[in-house]
Amino acid sequence: MSFIAIENVFFSYDSTDGGQPVKNAVDGVTLSVEKGEFVAVIGHNGCGKSTLAKHLNAMLLPDSGKVIVDGDDTSDENKTWDIREKVGLVLQNPDNQLVASIVEEDVAFGPENLGVEPSEIRRRVDEALKAVDMYHYRHHAPHKLSGGQKQRVAIAGILAIQPQCIVLDEPTAMLDPNGREEVMTTLHRLNREMGMTVVLITHYMDEAVSADRVVVMDSGRVLTQGTPEEVFSQVELLKKHRLDVPQAAELVFRLIGRGLHVDHIPLSEGDCVNMLGEVLQ
Amino acid sequence: MVRDVAFGQYFPGKSLIHKLDPRAKMVCFIAFIILIFFTFNYASLGIVAAFTAFIIIAGGISFKFYFKSLKMILFVVLITSLLNLFYGSGEPIWQWWIIKLTWAGIHRAAFVTVRIICLILASSALTFTTSPTELTDAIERLLKPLSAIHFPVHEIAMMMSLALRFVPTLLEETDKIMQAQRARGADMDSGNLLKRVKSLIPILIPLFVSAFRRAYDIATAMECRCYRGGAGRTRMKILRMQTRDYFSFVTTALMIGGVVVCNILLTSVI
Repeated sequence: MSFIAIENVFFSYDSTDGGQPVKNAVDGVTLSVEKGEFVAVIGHNGCGKSTLAKHLNAMLLPDSGKVIVDGDDTSDENKTWDIREKVGLVLQNPDNQLVASIVEEDVAFGPENLGVEPSEIRRRVDEALKAVDMYHYRHHAPHKLSGGQKQRVAIAGILAIQPQCIVLDEPTAMLDPNGREEVMTTLHRLNREMGMTVVLITHYMDEAVSADRVVVMDSGRVLTQGTPEEVFSQVELLKKHRLDVPQAAELVFRLIGRGLHVDHIPLSEGDCVNMLGEVLQ
Repeated sequence: MVRDVAFGQYFPGKSLIHKLDPRAKMVCFIAFIILIFFTFNYASLGIVAAFTAFIIIAGGISFKFYFKSLKMILFVVLITSLLNLFYGSGEPIWQWWIIKLTWAGIHRAAFVTVRIICLILASSALTFTTSPTELTDAIERLLKPLSAIHFPVHEIAMMMSLALRFVPTLLEETDKIMQAQRARGADMDSGNLLKRVKSLIPILIPLFVSAFRRAYDIATAMECRCYRGGAGRTRMKILRMQTRDYFSFVTTALMIGGVVVCNILLTSVI
């Protein structure tokens, strides 16, 4: 069975808008996430991807349908905290997630809430800070860090809870390119080295390219999903829903329109250069 | 501007005063503050002043920061000492129009001045050498017995530490909003007092709106990290009293004893 199973979930923010039927933020989504997977969920602002993210750790409960995390239904109130211990959620604004005035004390916040022994908290905090490469900053004040560093501390704060899966809701949206790079490198390392399941909600197509699986959402529904190659080769479908594709894919797609014959659509620049090099020879 | 304020700032260090348990510091500080107002003659005032000097020197923080915090209250000190100087009762030693100078007035002014200065210097020494986190921690642990009568100790401590965490963030935000309003042509630096106060409105409203939005985000983030109140919570750092903390209690006790003895043996001058 999948680690997270989302079964036909519907959700809307107010169900009584003057008797008018309101648009569902999540409109019948069925999706599963396997252990150790790196899944990217992409889509426009307001496509329901952030709402979906909050369903994964029982911050929001579905109006109908079910979300099952490691065998537990999120709507079961007795399981809420177990689920939040298993699935950590990192939010968009790094400033608003750090609650203590010192980095290491902030990272300790999660395990402190769980009632973990002090010596064990110390060990977890050091481990989590090392995992995101922020150990040297453990005595710093959060407001003196850069955006990327803050977001890495926020990730460490979730890691210290020792979840099995980490869900990130547009963690790089407020960061500069350097910060984005730092966060993405960290996430891939966690996924590769610690076997952490990662669900990355983003609207940057470049970030989705490096995932194991890409889920495209539009108007609260899953539009398409598959490996990055499968998803981004459907250039026409993505364009129809005003979604970007990686530049390399876009270029080759246009060349195909002009009569180029290739066997697949490249996603990275290097791949694209190699392919075009071969074609030109 | 707001960031230049020295009072309430923390300067990390490794002095004896820095290393003291915040609870011990807090208890001694409160005892000392009360003691300041129980000095009735120059000997006891001298003990209090000497102790203030001792903690300033032992704290190892540059004197210029203490001068900075004194500068802020200079006006208050001047006004109160002048009032006390000229409104003393008793035999005037010098008189001009309605102003009369008495020995009682001079004594009173001297006491008020020294007391306020000691008060400010001691509180500065406390905040200079104790991090805000340590302070709230100390308050939470010292007030713990009150939770037996359903006083929300944990909640208050959590609010305090959150407030302290977000002071720099909100200052930064205020700066940004001010710049944004200036860029739109807002004039904040001219006109009379009323006009200047009015020009604060376009800064305060966006600041409040964003503070509320932030509060909502923070609450969500805290819930995501399994926060569910103080019950069953543990702490990473455990405070343990050590020899130096008991030493600070003994010193404070000796000082209290000294002041009491002086008050009994010597006549009060005020």
